[in-house]
Amino acid sequence: MKIRNQAVVLDNLDWKILQVLQENAKRTYTEIGRLLGVAHSTVYDRIRTMEKHGVIKKYTALVDLEKIGIEHVTAIMTVFTNPKESEKVAKTLSESKEVLEVSMSLSEDLSIIAKVVAEDQNRLHLFIAQSVAPLSGVLRIRTSIITRKYKDERFSIEENWKTEIKR
Amino acid sequence: MGDLVTTSSISRILRKVPRENAFYFFTSIGNYTGENATCLEEFVKKIEEVDAKSLEFHLYRGDLEKWVDKTLEDKELAEKIRSLKSLSPTGNSLRNQLYLIVSKRYEQLKGKSSS
Repeated sequence: MKIRNQAVVLDNLDWKILQVLQENAKRTYTEIGRLLGVAHSTVYDRIRTMEKHGVIKKYTALVDLEKIGIEHVTAIMTVFTNPKESEKVAKTLSESKEVLEVSMSLSEDLSIIAKVVAEDQNRLHLFIAQSVAPLSGVLRIRTSIITRKYKDERFSIEENWKTEIKR
Repeated sequence: MGDLVTTSSISRILRKVPRENAFYFFTSIGNYTGENATCLEEFVKKIEEVDAKSLEFHLYRGDLEKWVDKTLEDKELAEKIRSLKSLSPTGNSLRNQLYLIVSKRYEQLKGKSSS
C-alpha cells in the first residue's frame, strides 16, 4: 500500500488480503499467508498499514437478531431537508443509536436516507416524531418499514476494481 | 367545568411551546407531512389545512388528546377530543367536527383572556 497525492494506492496483494478478510475476518495471518503464498509477517504488516490508514475500518460480528429472538422493526427513512441544514441533520441522525446508516442523496430534492431500527412500530414512530421531525431544517419525512429481506450482504471487493481510493 | 379555568391557566394553554414540544402531523407511522403546530391557534389552522388522513391517524392513536392534555395542559379540550373518537368520524367529517371543537375552545379562551 502506498500514499500518492493524498490517495491510498493498494497493490494486488493488499486487494487479495481484503478479499480474504471480507469472506472471513477471523482467519489468522498464517492462514491468509498460506492461502496467498506469502509470509505471515507480510500479511501482518499489510493489515496493520491498512488499519492505520483507515482502509480497514473495523472487524465486527453480523448477528441474526431473529435467531436469538429479538423482536425489532427496520425502516428506511427519507428525510427531506432544507439544503442549508442538511449536513447538521445528517450529523445529528448519525449520533442516534436507533439509526444504523445515514447517507445523503442527490435526488431532485436534497434528502437524507437513513436506516432505522426500533423494538416495534410504535417506538419507531415515537423516535421519528420526537427526535427527527423536530430537527431544524427537516421539511418532511417518508418512511418505509421493511417487511422481508431477500438479500443482506456487504459490498464485496473484487481484484479488478479501481485500485485508487481517495483518503 | 370550563368556568374553572383561571387567567393564568388560560395564558398557559394559549402559549407557544418550544419546537421540540410542537405537534407534528404524520399520515402514518414515520410519514411526516411537514406541518406542525406550536400553539392552540396554529393547531386550529392546521386542522383546516392538513390531509384528513393525518387527522384520522392521530385521532385513533390518541395523539391529539395527549398533546392537548400533556403539552398545552387543557384537560377540558382533551376530553372533548377523546369523546369524538366514539363517533368514529373519518375524512372531512372528522376535520369539520374536530375543527368545531378546537376552534370553539380557542375562541372561548381567547375571549376570556382579553376580557
